[in-house]
This record gives sequence, C-alpha cells and structure tokens, in this order.
Amino acid sequence: MKTLGKVNGIISNIVIAKVDGPVAQNEICFVYCGDTRMMAEVIKVVGDNAYVQVFDSTRGLKIGDKVEFENHMLEATLAPGLLSKNYDGLQNDLEKMEGLFINRGSITEPIDFDKEWEFEPLAKAGDKVAAASWLGEVKEQWVKHKIMVPFVMEGSYTVKSVAKAGTYKVTDTVAVIVDSEGKEHNITMVQKWPVKKAIKAYTEKPRPSRVMETGVRAIDTFNPLAEGGTGFIPGPFGAGKTVLQHAISKQAEADVIIIVACGERANEVVEIFKEFPELVDPRTGHKLMERTIIICNTSNMPVAAREASVYTGMTIGEYYRAMGLKVLVMADSTSRWAQALREMSNRLEELPGQDAFPMDLSAIISNFYARAGLVKLTNGQTGSVTFLGTVSPAGGNLKEPVTESTKKAARCFYALSQGRADSKRYPAIDPLESYSKYLEYPEVSSYLDERIEKGWAEKVYAGKTLVQRGKEANDQINILGDDGVPVEYHERFWKSELIDFVILQQDAFDDIDANCPIERQKLMYNMVLDVCRKDFTFADFEACSRFFKGLINLFRQMNYAEYESEKYFDYKRQIEEYVSNAN
Amino acid sequence: MTTRAFQKIYTKIDNITKATVTLKASGVGNDELATVGGKLAQVVKIMGENVTLQVFAGTEGLATNSEVIFHGEPPKLKVSDNLAGRFFNAYGEPLEGGEQLEGEAREIGGPTVNPFRRIQPSELIATGIAGIDLNNTIVSGQKIPFFADPDQPYNAVMANVALRAKADKIILGGMGLTNDDFLYFKSVFENAGALDRIVSFVNTTENPPVERLLVPDMALTAAEYFAVDKGEKVLVLLTDMTLYADALAIVSNRMDQIPSKDSMPGSLYSDLAKIYEKAVQLPNGGSITIIAVTTLSGGDITHAIPDNTGYITEGQLFLRNDSDTGKVIVDPFRSLSRLKQLVIGKKTREDHPQVMNACVRLFADAANAKTKLENGFDLSDYDERSLKFAHDYSEKLLSIDVNIEIEEMLDTAWELFAAFFSKEEVAIKAELIEKYWKA
Repeated sequence: MKTLGKVNGIISNIVIAKVDGPVAQNEICFVYCGDTRMMAEVIKVVGDNAYVQVFDSTRGLKIGDKVEFENHMLEATLAPGLLSKNYDGLQNDLEKMEGLFINRGSITEPIDFDKEWEFEPLAKAGDKVAAASWLGEVKEQWVKHKIMVPFVMEGSYTVKSVAKAGTYKVTDTVAVIVDSEGKEHNITMVQKWPVKKAIKAYTEKPRPSRVMETGVRAIDTFNPLAEGGTGFIPGPFGAGKTVLQHAISKQAEADVIIIVACGERANEVVEIFKEFPELVDPRTGHKLMERTIIICNTSNMPVAAREASVYTGMTIGEYYRAMGLKVLVMADSTSRWAQALREMSNRLEELPGQDAFPMDLSAIISNFYARAGLVKLTNGQTGSVTFLGTVSPAGGNLKEPVTESTKKAARCFYALSQGRADSKRYPAIDPLESYSKYLEYPEVSSYLDERIEKGWAEKVYAGKTLVQRGKEANDQINILGDDGVPVEYHERFWKSELIDFVILQQDAFDDIDANCPIERQKLMYNMVLDVCRKDFTFADFEACSRFFKGLINLFRQMNYAEYESEKYFDYKRQIEEYVSNAN
Repeated sequence: MTTRAFQKIYTKIDNITKATVTLKASGVGNDELATVGGKLAQVVKIMGENVTLQVFAGTEGLATNSEVIFHGEPPKLKVSDNLAGRFFNAYGEPLEGGEQLEGEAREIGGPTVNPFRRIQPSELIATGIAGIDLNNTIVSGQKIPFFADPDQPYNAVMANVALRAKADKIILGGMGLTNDDFLYFKSVFENAGALDRIVSFVNTTENPPVERLLVPDMALTAAEYFAVDKGEKVLVLLTDMTLYADALAIVSNRMDQIPSKDSMPGSLYSDLAKIYEKAVQLPNGGSITIIAVTTLSGGDITHAIPDNTGYITEGQLFLRNDSDTGKVIVDPFRSLSRLKQLVIGKKTREDHPQVMNACVRLFADAANAKTKLENGFDLSDYDERSLKFAHDYSEKLLSIDVNIEIEEMLDTAWELFAAFFSKEEVAIKAELIEKYWKA
C-alpha cells in the first residue's frame, strides 16, 4: 500500500504534504496538479507533515491536491544504452521529450527497452558470485558493457545458469542465480540504484598512482591529475572554466566521460550536443559522443533537480567503474549545486551557516568527492572514477564557503586567475596558486619516471621554482624600474615568461595547439628548461627582452605547427640556432 | 478587473506588511493573481488556509476589510501581432490609453526550452561598434549585459545597438526607467522610423518598484510569441536589471527570508537565470537575443547582482571613459563575449581571432607602459610606440561612436600594427602576417 498525502502548504517549490502513513527521508513522491504528475523528494518530516521539494514548478497547485509516495529513493536506471544519451538531472532522456518546451511532469525512459543487444556470457553455472560480479557482457558502442549481479543484492550467490550468446533485450533474463537459502533470482540487464548512496561493490580503494592525461600542458606537465583522483577549478566568471572543462572532456584519456552541466548556460550544453557527435577521439578513432553521457540541468531548469543531477552523474560513473573502466566525471558548476542546497535550506527556515549556506555544506561536498577513486574490483581488475568539478566563487573571492569546503575535499586545485584572464593568458590556471597533491605521491612520481622520463617530477618542481623566481624579479622591476635592477633580474623574469607563454598558455581554439600529447609536452618542456638553465649575457635589459620576445614567438609558432611535421622541425632548428647565436 | 461568476469575495485580511497581505482563503492555486482592494497581487505562499499575497503596487491604504478577489489564474499576456508598436505597463495594459489587447492569453514565465531542441547560435549581430564587433562579437540567441556606472551612456549605446542590429522585433523591458530615459527611447525609435517593430513594457521610477518583477516575464512572453510562433529574430532590451534585483530583495525581505550576500535573496542566481536563459536560437530560424543593463555601484563587479549576472550571461560589456582620447570606449580587458568564438574567423575574415587578440595584448602593454610612466620610470622605445598605438586604437576602434563594417575594422587594425610595430612584436601566425601585413 502506498502512503498518500494531501497538499497542506506551498512555498515556491517546497510543498508540505499531510500524510496518512509512513514516509522516509529522501523518499520519492508524486504531486498531482490537475492531470500533471510532478516528481518530488522528501527532505524533512515533522509529525505527519512531509516537506517535499518538487522537481518542477508548483504554479497552480492547491491545498488538498493529491500526493503519492513511492516507497523508494531517487534512483538511476543502469543498463546498456546509457552512452551517448542526453539526460536531465533526473535521468529523463531529453531527446525523447516531445515539443520545443519541457512541459511540467515530462517523464521519459532513460533506456531503450526495445533495443536488442549481442550478449556474451562470462560466468558459468556453479560460479560463486556477489553484487557487481560480471555475468556477461554486451557491446555498447565500443565499450564492453558488463552485465553484473545487481549492486543491491547482498550476500553470496551461486550461478544456476547463464544465457547462451545471442541477442537479448535489456529486460530479458540473462542469468539465474541462487542465494544461500536456495531461492532463485532472475537477473536482467537492468538494475536500479539510489543515486545518493555510493556504490561500494569493490574490495579496496588504493591510492591513485597513474596520471590521467588531458592534453592540457598546464595540467599534465605542471599539476597532473591522477586517474581516480579529484580536482576542482575555481575561477571568477570569464576566466575560462567552461572552455577548460570542454577541452579536458574532449581530450582526456578516459573510457567513459560523464558531463554534468549543473545550473549552467544552455548554450554551453548545445555546444557539446553539436560538437561531440562530430569530433573524433584521436586515440580510438571513434566519435567523442560514443563515450560521453551528458546530464544537463541548465540554470533555468528546476532547482531541486539541479541537486540531483550531480548524484545521477556520479552514480552512472560508479556503474561503469564497476566494469573495470576509466571514467571521468565532470561537473560544471558545483557552486550551483551548493546554491540549490541553500535555496532549499532557506525555504525550510533552517538556521544558516556562512553566506546563508546550510551548516553541513562542507560535509556534503566531502562525501560527494569521496565517491571518486581508483578501486580494485572483486575479480582483481581495477576501475576508476576521476572527478573534476568547477566552482564559481561569488565575486571571484576564493575565501567563500563552497571553495573552502571543496579545497578540503579535492586533491588538485586549478585556480583560475582574473589577472591572467584579463591579459588573455589562457588557460588562466595560476601557476603559483595551483597545486596537485598527486605530484607528492611517490607512486605517481615513479609512474612519471616510467611514462615520461626519469626524474620528471623534480623537473616539474624546478620549473615551478623558475616561475616563482621570475615573479619575484618582476615585482622588483616594478618597484625599482627597468634600470634600477641588474639585467640578470630581467633575464630571470623573461625565463618565467618563456615558461608561461610556451608551456602554460595554450590556444584552446587552435586545432593543433588545443591538444598537446604527453610526448610533445615532454619535448617542449625539456627545450624550454634547457634555455632556462643557460646563462646569457645581455648588454642591457632591452636586448634581453628583445631576445626572449623573439624566442617566444618562435616557440609559439612551433606550438601551432603539426607534431613532427616539416614545419615543426624547421622551427625546432630555428630555435636551436637562435639560442646558440645568443652569446 | 471585472468580477466573474462564482468568485468568492473575501473581506477579512489578517496581516498586512509593506508588500504582502495574508488572509484565510480556500481553493487558491499557487502563483495565482488576485485583486486586493483594487490592486493587483499574486499568491506567493500558502500554509493550510493562510494565503500570502504579494501586492505589486504596495499595500498603502489597504484595510483589513479590503475586498480580495482571486482570479484563478497566473499573470497572462494577450499575444498577437497587434503588440507591435505599442507601449504597455508592467501588467501588459496599454499606456496612454489606446485599445485593450486582443489575442491569445499566455501565461508569463512559462516553461523552459528543451536544451536538446536548441540550435547552436551562429549568426553574427553586427552593431558597427568595433569595441563590440571586433573584440566582443554578439551572436543571435546570446544574452549579454552592459556593466555600467549609472552616469554612463548605456541606454544610448543600447538604443544604437538595437537599431543597427537588423532585428525583426525589438522588445524593450524598462524597469525603474526614468521618465526622461523612457521618452528618449521613444523618440530615438520614432525618429528611426522603427516604431512598428518595437514593443515596450515599461515600469518607470514613478511606478511602485515591486511591479517591476513582472516586466522581464512580460517582455519575454511577447518575445517568445514572435520568435517561436512567427520565426522572427527578436532583440530584447532589459534596463535596468539591478533595479529588478532590488525589487526581488524587497519582496524576500518582507517575507522574512534569510538574506545571503549583499542582502540579496538566496535564490538570486535562479531568479536571474530564469530570465536570461530565455535567450535562444530556435530550429525554426527565430531567435531571442537579450541585451541588458546592470548598473554597478562604484564599478564594483563583486557585488551579488553583477556577480551572479556574470555567471549567467554569455559575457559582459564594460563602458569606460578613456582619458587619453576623451571618448567613451568599450573596455577591451573586462568586456567579453563568450559566443564570439562561434562566428569570428568563420562568419568573418580568417584573421579576426588573431588580430583581435594581438590588439588587446598590445593595448595591455600600453597599459603597463602607462603605469611605468606614472611611477616616474623611463620608457623604452617599445613603450613609447605601444602608447601611441593605444591612443589610435582607442580613437579609431574602441570608441563607441565608431560605425564601420568588420572588414574595415580588421584593415584598420593591420594599419595600426604596421605603423607602430614590427612583425615579431605583433606575434601573429606567420601565414596571416604574410597575407595581411600592410607594408
């Protein structure tokens, strides 16, 4: 028997329902406004009044309208066919919705129930299995999509039978497993999981040790993001958060990419809709869209669903991780999610914390970031969810609650600076403020020794020191004047400019420069460091700046040239000549 | 408003604040309109039998026994082609008399366009102002505000942009517009002979502030009619959004909500996004482009209103007085059009992106040189040249009184490069230098 309720109060999208039976926190219910059925979630219970946040507009709702409780939390549907889909925050398929506008109460199926899949068994009768054990696989795009024992099934089971190789629909039974009491369970390709709970079907969560390459020099070379790691990008508006995230989503070396557009601009999502089906992933030769899932709750879509969208994205990420895949989940922007929490908290008249955010904001953010990670699956293989979120600090001030809470939770910090953005030094990742904790991990450092070259981490630190010294020299020059300091100060400053212009800056809108493979990064960085290690003797500061401006120009032309093309080698030769002629 | 049959009239109001009244009523829908003592009001909260209404014109003079009549529907606008050429108040009633509107009544603040059905904006809107077209190109379906101090000529620039933009319809949403500015807009449009493609919803400083809350939704409902139903290119001008946000703060304050940053309601981001996100490029060729004004206090963009706006809109345009040339220029550093990448170098000449960046970079070098000069240091030869460049760049390109085609802007930029710099100093892709350098 479903619990029923009647609307007893309405404040914007919070509805208070008087209920006639048990209700659970975070339980899903439907609020009826005439014929329209709107989804909602319980967020507070006081006596027989359930406070629910409606994932839609409550316009026209009246006292006494019907509310129906569903006896489960908000769930994601997990099955083959998620890749390339465009969902709203509640996993409704946007493509299936009719009409130009999203009408209230629109609900569409997240997967195609009619589609047939080529199933290959992996388990056999007699195998001992548990939640997340692989029973078979189907080919979804070019990903081997594992059909697993549903995550909700606790305890151990024995496989009674697995379907033969062949074509099946997602709802067909593909395996029968028996529990310890001898009860049989039919397994299909579909399972559901409550999005706010982490999927924990793995044996251990080791420290990340590999680097996820993104093709962005300022990240890969200077502050690498670990596979299974977490990072965040705070920056004022206009600093290039979204451009940077899009670049990473196009280039990152991941099997599955989940983009959560959380309370951001619709036109930015449209850009992905348009570009990703056309762009080719250079590593696999497949279209980018084939490995991408978009969860889209733009800023004008219902606020409550905005909160759900990040959880939906993470849950789908964890699902693919359990198949032994490398997943990258990106959310733009987590501040909008925090603001959604604030709006709710405000309407519930809770006592506010800093800047009127709820008191438990920090805990909520930490819990969420903790769901990322590299995991060892029950069969010994590994899978990972790497999470990268953007933060939009109010007024560009990094001392606000969302940035500070996230800083405690994430291991990589890519601070975008207004100053760099103003002088069009993109990506505007501040080389001195930003950090990657992973660079300090001995595992990561020895991985880099293997992947790039021995002693790479030290080289990175050396480069950071050069940038730091360059900035100090520049401060002195600005205080004392060009003539007031030794020429050597200018040389120090220009060396840091060389690193800045050649390594840190990158043209995201140039086909070649946008994506810099790690081999090329290694070569460029070594070339630049070689110049920086050289001692020059310039007649005066103008000679120094002239020399470096010329050099920077050559290096930039080289960045624009196709890798290992004739032009590329030509610029390389020119640079070497230019440098050796300096003294 | 005439009374309809079965309408129950309530005559007992329990609470009156400056902006809201609360009474016991039943069968009332959320967001529904009502008339309270002859003034228009909207339901904002229902708690059991207690209904709270926000009275747009303020509660002055309302008595506990004033008549309350519920209309049974949310605010609506009657849409038809007859909207064109008319001036309305915030409720969609004709100003200065005139016939009442006929046509289909549509709810204002309607549903969201499915993002999947949107089309990527790709049509350039040329304004003739190089500070916009060259550096911060505007695209149809974009939303972009002017961030300006109250003394800057933003309304004049906006009127100019609107007239040059070749839109099928221009919809003006005036919030807290001074009567003088209102008359200015009217005469500019009249003189340009454009009155038949203008629709105006105006709340002047003489009207109650809370009424402003209806203006953007009215304007955008009209815009959606022309763009969605008629496939027209619609340009919506919203001025001044800061006054709109102030009205939001007043209402939230009266409803005892906990304020967040700068005394603004916690929902400010969502409230503004609901308006700006109506900007759209539609598959039928119609589009809604929003150009707004957000006035700043003392140029502070970290205040909650410009800050939230900046995160929602696709860029922002800053006006600044340039002391070197004595002109008002579009600030190249702080202005940004996020959608320009979709058209520059594609719909415009191939050298556009690089020329634009080089100009701004050299202009930045001039700014550094200026700082040096102010601090009493000697200038290098390069500094001297960049200062000269900056002067000409401001005068010939950045100034808002420039009105030329984009090709001409690019050619002007190349002329300036050649006049003051060497090829290496300009540092543009070699192929482009070869092709366009003005020897």
